[in-house]
Amino acid sequence: MMSTVLPYLLSGVSVGGQYALIAIGYTMVYGILRLINFAHGDVFMVAGILMVYISASGLPLYVSIPLVLVLTAFIGFLIERVAYKPLRSAPRMSIMISAIGVSYTLQNLVLYITGGLNQYYPSIPFISESVTIGTATTKMVTIITPVLTLVLVIALVMLINHTKIGMAMRAVSKDFETSQLMGIKINRVISVTFVIGSFLAGVGSLLYFTNYTTVIQTSGAMPGLKAFVAAVFGGIGSVPGAVVGAFIIGICENIIKGLDVILIKAGLSKQMMGLTTFSDAFTFALLIVILIVKPTGLFGEKTTDKV
Amino acid sequence: MTNVQSVPRVKKPDRGVILTAVVLVLIYALVFALEQILPPTSMLFTVLKKGATYALVAVSMNLLNGFTGLFSLGQAGFMLIGAYTYGILTIPVAQRAAVYQYYDGGLVQFAMPVIPALILAGVAAAIFAFLIGLPVLRLKSDYLAIATLGFAEIIRSIFQWDKLGAITNGSNMLRLFPTFNDFNIKNAEGEVTLYLSTLVPFVIAGVCIALIVALIHSSYGRAFMAIRDDEVAAEAMGINLARHKQYAFCLSSFFAGVGGAMLAMYQNSVQAKSFTSAMTYEILLIVVIGGIGSVTGSCIGSFLFVACSEWWLRFLDQKQMIGKWEVPLLRNGFRLVVFSLIIMVVVLFFRQGIMGSRELPDLFRKKTAAKAAGKGAGK
Amino acid sequence: MNIIETVLELENVTMQFGGVVAVDSFSMHVDQGETVALIGPNGAGKTTAFNVITGVYAPTNGCVKLRGKIIAQGHPTGKMRKLYAGTHIGEYNHLVSNTPDKITEMGVARTFQNIRLFKNMTVLENVLVARHMRLKAGLFASMLHINQQEERRIRQESLDLLDMLGLGDVAQEKASSLPYGKQRYLEIARALATEPRLLLLDEPAAGMNPQETDELSDFIRKIKEDFKLTVFLIEHHMNLVMDISDRIYVLDFGKLISEGTPQQVQDDPAVIAAYLGVDEE
Repeated sequence: MMSTVLPYLLSGVSVGGQYALIAIGYTMVYGILRLINFAHGDVFMVAGILMVYISASGLPLYVSIPLVLVLTAFIGFLIERVAYKPLRSAPRMSIMISAIGVSYTLQNLVLYITGGLNQYYPSIPFISESVTIGTATTKMVTIITPVLTLVLVIALVMLINHTKIGMAMRAVSKDFETSQLMGIKINRVISVTFVIGSFLAGVGSLLYFTNYTTVIQTSGAMPGLKAFVAAVFGGIGSVPGAVVGAFIIGICENIIKGLDVILIKAGLSKQMMGLTTFSDAFTFALLIVILIVKPTGLFGEKTTDKV
Repeated sequence: MTNVQSVPRVKKPDRGVILTAVVLVLIYALVFALEQILPPTSMLFTVLKKGATYALVAVSMNLLNGFTGLFSLGQAGFMLIGAYTYGILTIPVAQRAAVYQYYDGGLVQFAMPVIPALILAGVAAAIFAFLIGLPVLRLKSDYLAIATLGFAEIIRSIFQWDKLGAITNGSNMLRLFPTFNDFNIKNAEGEVTLYLSTLVPFVIAGVCIALIVALIHSSYGRAFMAIRDDEVAAEAMGINLARHKQYAFCLSSFFAGVGGAMLAMYQNSVQAKSFTSAMTYEILLIVVIGGIGSVTGSCIGSFLFVACSEWWLRFLDQKQMIGKWEVPLLRNGFRLVVFSLIIMVVVLFFRQGIMGSRELPDLFRKKTAAKAAGKGAGK
Repeated sequence: MNIIETVLELENVTMQFGGVVAVDSFSMHVDQGETVALIGPNGAGKTTAFNVITGVYAPTNGCVKLRGKIIAQGHPTGKMRKLYAGTHIGEYNHLVSNTPDKITEMGVARTFQNIRLFKNMTVLENVLVARHMRLKAGLFASMLHINQQEERRIRQESLDLLDMLGLGDVAQEKASSLPYGKQRYLEIARALATEPRLLLLDEPAAGMNPQETDELSDFIRKIKEDFKLTVFLIEHHMNLVMDISDRIYVLDFGKLISEGTPQQVQDDPAVIAAYLGVDEE
């Protein structure tokens, strides 16, 4: 039994970690701007494309990987400055529409550059290698992802709780206007948030695309949405919440992918039910359930509207 | 109520309304005439057919986002339901074996006429919307957006599920149902004597949009706008929020469903996997370009969007020579890049879109009145 | 011939948000035809009391009665069971709650402290919205404009109402384009259009100068007469309050500290203490 479930569980943990790295960007931006940054998933995809092109230019890995991360962080910064900052005082719907516009633009740009063809992701030595755990054979990335994710998350939580900029972030997410009045440089805090979010999405893309091997302009949409769901699930605005949510979603999704096989091997089902189709739908079903049962998510704080 | 001054002040139809009616009649006459004159393969008809379809869907989305203030991103899902309902109900019995080749001809063994099937397409979408609305309409703006987006994805999965293949044809496409071209009137030899394939989508979309406009101008329309402007005040004025949001959501979905059926007729086939969130985003961007809160804007936006993406900007996708100089950058996909940049400019710098919240009749009213309205809006 | 009927009654109403007790075991009543004022320093819980009456908040404990019928009743549940700091626990175990629209339908209308008009709609449309709930036509009849007669009637009634309140000449203007004072009057017009028997006014004179305030007192008297209203208001302008109120309740930190006729309240040392150094008026 365990040997049937193990591979799915492993890839679930791995994908979960990758979603977590994306979800942090969503949850931090939402915490501060109350904006669903629809373009975040596409930033993640662009990071993948950058890696494809930069490594094709022949740069060694120890140059190309940092370069990709820096460029991704810069793109995040740029998007905020160009598309969100001018709309700071506009209705929230306008910013959300702008985010959708950015997402559309990034996808079309990549479509133009790549010609809409699948791009093969370069294999990165060591993390692309195969390993065997118990009865399951998997890539090294499966093991590295959760470890790396946890290390980065701990570093981020330390940053948020123990540094000046972290304190500013917490203040802004509690009360935007008041913290502005208290002399916090809002624009700086927001930029830092986007830089961190995009950087982590860049790390996520290295791991994710090593696993899935190809990138195309729409590659970011689904992981992006799922990572957002993870952020909501964990309680939007909460970094640990987003991480827990992401792991839960990653694992559940992969178990569902293998559910037919698992059920048959366990003797609970006679034939394939085609349940794999629902691995994406499940995430959204989970989202809707959590929004109805506990809209603030697992770790979210309750807020009351003032009349 | 005490009558202090009861001079009846019933509005007479004004200049704006009359001129609008004239313009609309002219447009329909022109469409009809062009279709008889120009070759049916002209790009113009592609744009007009798809434009009419998108206009209906965009207006239906505007009813929610622009007039009721509910930021919903489920439009593609409801279009899918409409498209599939239409396809499933209208494929001729004789063709079913060919379409449902992997599912022994499918479960449904009857075919309906087009108009009832269109209405049922809307009804099916509205029923789904009702069920979805029960839990999600309580959510605040951005959560509503993501929940409706999620539902559209779930619907997409369900319609591709192999186990429902006898009805939905699984992940295979539905085809061979009546399309717009079947409205052309032919003689005994099979030659077309009267072209109607563009006029018909115009009429269907026109009737539906007219209904939406009538709704907006009714007491319920005012209630929707009150909810958009201030939910708390609307509730304090006795408007049942849950019920009215549900009305707006179901009606919007009904028309999105009809729009989905029209898209199926336009494309000659449907496949669940093409109804992605990108489709919803496109429709949202049309609404924004036209002006959130303007039906006229959504219609103009649709035709512009479709014309640009299918026709006018096509040249950007091919190599162009000016004299001996080859224009740089032009190759497949450049059109979409230019297009996205235009959209970003509109979103960032022309947030009112083409029409703001004005409608066609406003354009024909005397300038003084327009000025006064502009002043009021500016404050 | 008039038997005095109690229109509104609050019984031990407590409203607690987390650890903050906004209204603390507050009891009061308003009788038919009275004008009653609720006063108190800023943050005393006056608007919260209004929000409990109109169904925006469910009371943490206690009950609200309209003409003797309970319209809201609650007791601490969930986490609040531990946090609850009020009294009269266990007396209101039967839960009753109504959404604000239901309360409005029962004949209670309100205005808002920070004006909440439908900004993008015309003055006339603002009033028409308030008539919507009395509409007999259903969704489809209304959508297909089958109810022309009814629509014409409510339009005429709304125009008459606006004329009566001196807003007839701006009926077609956008609500947001009105000057501040007229916006306050429009809020009242809109509330009246719901056909209330009890009118709740939340600081109707806020931002008005003394002359405008005087006009407002006359206006409130007039509409009270014309529409046979009972009025319950929150106000900071003491001249207005003393001028039009039959009785006054004074809240401070959510607690009732005084009640009585304007004269009794003015002479109450507790009231003077609450206001001194807190509010200049």
